[in-house]
Amino acid sequence: MANTTPSLAPVRAQEASEAGALAATRRRRRYTLLTSHDKILIVLMVGVPLTLDLLLIWGPTLASVVLSFTNWDGIGSVTGENFVGFKNYQFMLTGYTLFWPAFTHNLIWLAWLTFIATPLGMFLAVLLDREMRGTRIYQSVFFLPVVLSLVVVGFIWELQYTPTEGFINNAFGLVKSGKLIDWLGNPRINLFAVLVAASWRHIGYIMILYLAGLKSVDPSLREAARVDGATEVQTFFNVVLPVMAPINVIIVVVTAIEALRAFDIAFIINQGKNGLELLSILITNNSISEASLVGFGSAIAVILLVISLGPIILFLSRTMRTTA
Amino acid sequence: MGDSRDAKRVRNRLALPYLDAELPLNLDLSRRDILKIAGYGSLAAFIAACGGSPTTTTSLTAKGGAMSLGSYNTDPNSKKGTQAIVDAFTAANGGTKVKLNTVDHGTFQNQISSYLQGTPEDAFTWFSGHRMRFFADKGLATPIDDVWDAVKSNYTEGFAASIKGNDGHAYAIPTDYYPWAVFYRKDVWAQHSYTVPTTWDAFKALCAQMKKDGLTPIAFADKDGWPAQGTFDILNLRLNGYDFHTELLTGKQKWTDPRVTAVYKKWSEITQYYSQAFAGLTWEQGADQLLRKTAGMYLLGLFVSDEFKASGSQADLDQLDFFPFPDMGTQYDAEKALDAPIDVYMLTKKSPTLAANRAQANAFLEFVAKGSTQVLYWQNAPGSIPTATDADTSQYPALTKKAVQIVSNAKRITQYFDRDSRPDYSGPNGMQGFLLKFLANPGQDTTSLQGQMQSFWDSLAPE
Repeated sequence: MANTTPSLAPVRAQEASEAGALAATRRRRRYTLLTSHDKILIVLMVGVPLTLDLLLIWGPTLASVVLSFTNWDGIGSVTGENFVGFKNYQFMLTGYTLFWPAFTHNLIWLAWLTFIATPLGMFLAVLLDREMRGTRIYQSVFFLPVVLSLVVVGFIWELQYTPTEGFINNAFGLVKSGKLIDWLGNPRINLFAVLVAASWRHIGYIMILYLAGLKSVDPSLREAARVDGATEVQTFFNVVLPVMAPINVIIVVVTAIEALRAFDIAFIINQGKNGLELLSILITNNSISEASLVGFGSAIAVILLVISLGPIILFLSRTMRTTA
Repeated sequence: MGDSRDAKRVRNRLALPYLDAELPLNLDLSRRDILKIAGYGSLAAFIAACGGSPTTTTSLTAKGGAMSLGSYNTDPNSKKGTQAIVDAFTAANGGTKVKLNTVDHGTFQNQISSYLQGTPEDAFTWFSGHRMRFFADKGLATPIDDVWDAVKSNYTEGFAASIKGNDGHAYAIPTDYYPWAVFYRKDVWAQHSYTVPTTWDAFKALCAQMKKDGLTPIAFADKDGWPAQGTFDILNLRLNGYDFHTELLTGKQKWTDPRVTAVYKKWSEITQYYSQAFAGLTWEQGADQLLRKTAGMYLLGLFVSDEFKASGSQADLDQLDFFPFPDMGTQYDAEKALDAPIDVYMLTKKSPTLAANRAQANAFLEFVAKGSTQVLYWQNAPGSIPTATDADTSQYPALTKKAVQIVSNAKRITQYFDRDSRPDYSGPNGMQGFLLKFLANPGQDTTSLQGQMQSFWDSLAPE
């Protein structure tokens, strides 16, 4: 975890020293209340974030789980009559025509990021790590989309893809020849069109994460490998990659989380219909919109939560093991 | 025309003071009754049931004071129009302060449930039809029978029906509307000497001719999902009639009905004439095809004129014309039914200030029911036609006059699919998606698609 903790460690150290300093000043003032002050401080420092966490994160999460067993429409209060048992889940898995497409789209999203976008980002990082000329410029160029919010990315790519006025169809002369490709309207290709847009941003993100990791790899390891006669490829796969294990976990988790929370671009483009259904969009369209099928939306949210727990547990167990 | 309008205005002037005087009297009586015989619960309940409105103010309207208004009119024209109305109301009503809260249209719509349940403004902008009745049923809107009685002489029967809740009470004041029709450019049609088709066959023949002439016969743009619902509405109205259409949209008829199959079958006859890549085009881009003379026709609401106006060329706007959707050769042609969505003002229920401001809010509702107020709004947003009978139509350009005419010729008026059906059914994951699926392959056997539509309806929680 040596490579990832630096960002957190100084903060922790600072907190600790601040706490220490605070405790020290108080200690000097009032000797008798020493320990209880310490206790109060600890309770405050642990209690406040914990309360906030329970209140703002686990509270709503549990509420969602409870609501997923109701047919509540967001109006009035939840009463006993609202509880419908597993009906929402049953319908979602068997009757709702959009659930499995959305689930599949999320999987395609995950596969695309894992096998195409993330490796590309890592590849760019390795290239840029070689200190070629203009590295900084390339870095900035690839990183630029990360600065933009996904909503803006959505707008930018919408302009590229629009059938009649979009850049792509015009650049390839498809508008003139009258053979328009409906990048965003054709349900067979629009998911991939959107994935290209999402990758445009994702690649830069992974690149910068990985580059930071690469910079902290001890150069003597590579030199040793070279002396032993290893090729560049061998060095990377047998020496650098194992050393980078903690970063690799982060990359995997980031990729998984990006795929699970995919929402913005598809929603901007057509509110997630016609081939762009995603789990997160189904949740929004069902529970937050005017439709307000809060109960049913919550059931989808619970499924997404269960799926998300996978990478979260992986990440946490990894983090805790290394810090321990 | 002028004479009858003046006559109506005189009648209104006569009618209004009478109604004004009568209503408060009723309310006074009920109050006195309550005071006199406070213990008689049954009578009090009877009065409460008759009252229709829980207001305890002694007079219907009041000058001065304050009130608040939540508005979804965010695009520049309608925002200016709303501000103009508010300013005019303040000036006319003894300086009533109006706190105007304007929220982005889509956001307002999406958050309407939580808005109405929280601490909303006294009055708000909304739609008539099912979307109004839904919130009335949920007890989130205040009935306004007293105000409606005072202004109803200024409205035709169609408008009166559109603002009644399921419980028979009036819940809204209709202020503007816009019809859906087939739009075209007069110059393009003159150049090719096309004539307005009145039958389905003539319509299809015209499409074929346009295609031969190198035009896109029908501009169609359905990226946003809702525009296709306009075509479904009109085809279903012409083929199966108003009653079937409204029953279908409210779940009293089945989507698997062979009559629905017939709609898709007819529809598939014209999809070959649609714009290329229509599932990726917005309605504005569709309007551009008409504007730039690459498309021959466009089935849309009168708001298409906004896109022509936005082009900045009055000459283009002057070329815009339309005709009602052709007859399909059924008994329902005679209904001349069409979509003409009506926008309304309503009172919320949970506004913390409504009890204090009720009289001012009533005055505001009466004010927006006036033709002069609605014309003021229309001058800012010309796609919205005033609803009041006493609106001064002398300033209307030919396009607006014609729009008024086709709506008054219609024996049945619908509000548009997404206002006549429940929002969860008409939304992106409901009918918008289903229609896009149909349009991706219009020649398909629609049986399984119709099955999906019905099972989706069946899956929705009861309202």
